[in-house]
Amino acid sequence: MRIKLKLFAMLTERLPPGSVDHTTELEVPEGATARQVVERLHIPPELASLALVDGVHLTRRQFAERTLHEGETLAIFPPIAGGSRPAPALLP
Amino acid sequence: MSWSRKLLRVDLARGTCTSEALNMDWAREYLGQRGLATKYLSEEIDPQVDPLSPDNELIFATGPLTGTTAGTAGRYSVITKGALTGAIACSNSGGLFGAELKKAGWDMVIFQGRAPKPVYLLLRDDKAELLPADALWGRTVWETERRIRKQHGDPHMKIASIGGAGEQQVLYASVINDEYRAAGRSGVGAVMGSKQLKAVAVKGTGKVPVRDAAKFREVTAATRKLLEENPVTSEALPTYGTNVLMNIINESGGLPTRNATDVQFEGASKISGEAMRDMVREDGQTNLVHREPCFSCTIGCGRVSRILRTHFSVKDRPEYWGDSGGLEYESAWALGAATGVEDLEALTFCNFLCNEHGMDTITFGSTVGAAMELFQVGALSEAQVGYPLRFGDAHALVRITEETAKGIGFGKEMGLGSRRLCERYGHPDLSMTVKGQEFPAYDGRALQGMGLEYATSNRGACHVRGYTVSSEILGVPEKTDPLVHEGKAGLVKAFQDMTAVVDSAGLCLFSTFAWGLPEISIQLEADSEGDFSVDNLSRIGERIWNLEREFNLAAGLTGKDDTLPKRLLKEAARTGPAKGHVSRLDVMLPEYYELRGWSPTGVPGTETLERLGVKTLYPTAA
Repeated sequence: MRIKLKLFAMLTERLPPGSVDHTTELEVPEGATARQVVERLHIPPELASLALVDGVHLTRRQFAERTLHEGETLAIFPPIAGGSRPAPALLP
Repeated sequence: MSWSRKLLRVDLARGTCTSEALNMDWAREYLGQRGLATKYLSEEIDPQVDPLSPDNELIFATGPLTGTTAGTAGRYSVITKGALTGAIACSNSGGLFGAELKKAGWDMVIFQGRAPKPVYLLLRDDKAELLPADALWGRTVWETERRIRKQHGDPHMKIASIGGAGEQQVLYASVINDEYRAAGRSGVGAVMGSKQLKAVAVKGTGKVPVRDAAKFREVTAATRKLLEENPVTSEALPTYGTNVLMNIINESGGLPTRNATDVQFEGASKISGEAMRDMVREDGQTNLVHREPCFSCTIGCGRVSRILRTHFSVKDRPEYWGDSGGLEYESAWALGAATGVEDLEALTFCNFLCNEHGMDTITFGSTVGAAMELFQVGALSEAQVGYPLRFGDAHALVRITEETAKGIGFGKEMGLGSRRLCERYGHPDLSMTVKGQEFPAYDGRALQGMGLEYATSNRGACHVRGYTVSSEILGVPEKTDPLVHEGKAGLVKAFQDMTAVVDSAGLCLFSTFAWGLPEISIQLEADSEGDFSVDNLSRIGERIWNLEREFNLAAGLTGKDDTLPKRLLKEAARTGPAKGHVSRLDVMLPEYYELRGWSPTGVPGTETLERLGVKTLYPTAA
């Protein structure tokens, strides 16, 4: 099946030449998860700090388990934010 | 120790400059900068004063950490009653000016009255004098900086000034320092213009002392290391600047587009941080030339850009071919997505003009978006504007920016801001404002927390009073679902109170991607005398928030002003993950009031004010 893949910020350089607006089309096996797509592109999963399918954020569990469907758009952002260290006093 | 313990009081009407001891009791209660200056302002002016009258005051203030070697400690703020909003205003800026003011030995400068003729303040360490500015009045920010430096033979003098926008009292005029750093919001530049104060020029040669130098070196080394290890502060912000947010907010369906008629912009990637850095133009160069850090900052998110010489905006104007301040995320959004323009070079030119003439890019861009919608619905005609003002038209954007900056043509009306403009043309609902101030680059339908933050922000709609984007999109310190409204009242309150501490300490908000209150606490404890435990800092933040609220209530604002544009409350988002959603302010606001210890109409309760030690300014407080 074919999906759209978008890579941003420091991951942009991993897009194939000719990609437009950070987007490329990709043929992936039926039932592939977001994590499997990322691994197939040799992107370390920890660099996929934020993953969205059609704009909806995936939890880490959904990232590993949710299967993609034909025509969906997977967007991956490296750690453009996402504190490596929590700020415990911030939350009530 | 690193309060200088003195302030400069400048009586512009009399032309006097007087040194005064800082009220250290207030400093312990309100820290510095935003908090402490708000305390002075609320004690010294009638909150109901006309912001542009001589009875308003204008305060330039630093924090206890400003000018020290703590990471990001280069901030200062301009505090006054806002010209745009009639509410408390505090606009925060980086660059090098704030640290220089502190090194000259001043915690703050309070300007009172109105000068009979244009003047500027010259500070050489503890020597202060008011000098005539007749030859500077009418000059741009950039010319003003050049002329003052030349006049005093000092190419390194640090200057904050207003351009024509501030002189003409454009209601969203900024104070600009170091050529392109802005105390941008709420019209602090208009207040400065109303006082006939053109500039503040500073030469500071002192060192900012700290309480325990050895301990301070140790803790600032450790906290700097955190900035250097955090992927946001060590890689994403340095590499792409704040405009790295453009694509992610757009992908998340929260990018207000064409005056918030849409929540996603098809041209987002063309105006993003990635485009600035990576998109090679026909001249073989990129828009981004290099990055530029503020004082004592290892992050260096600031952008320096160069416009393509053959671009229509500058092809016959070599004076704009040089390098200057590039687009921040909010500016790229306001000038771009809010107007539907995806021409990166045009946006960069308009950004240069806003800096050169001293205008807030957020309010200006949003006002252009509102004017474009007025044009689209037929409330504004081509005859009235002088040309078609259509969404997406880069030529129209450039033209209206020049007209507004110079106060000519339809630009004169643009200087009112979107609320007054939309009221004038019979469509008040088309103004994307809260308390008269335009909201920035996050849509309150797609980020429920930001909707509540806009509604309750003391200085009018604002993202940097409580940046819940951090949690709702970026997952710091903990990911929350942006579309869910449950729990957001507590999140907003926590972010607001913490940010009041950051803004009052002299630090940059971006440090909080790597730091929480514990890291700020250990730096303040080594720096200054007082109780800077996390508990007390939390109380200080809440105290500042409540004092600002009291000021606003005394100024005549009420809980009814804690609302959002009708569009965000009634018109559902049309695309993306927020499709079908409106802001649930109706549910979040009562919960927020309760968490704050305020009445159902938004008035701080006596118990709350007593617990925090805030003096009641509003006589009918419950």
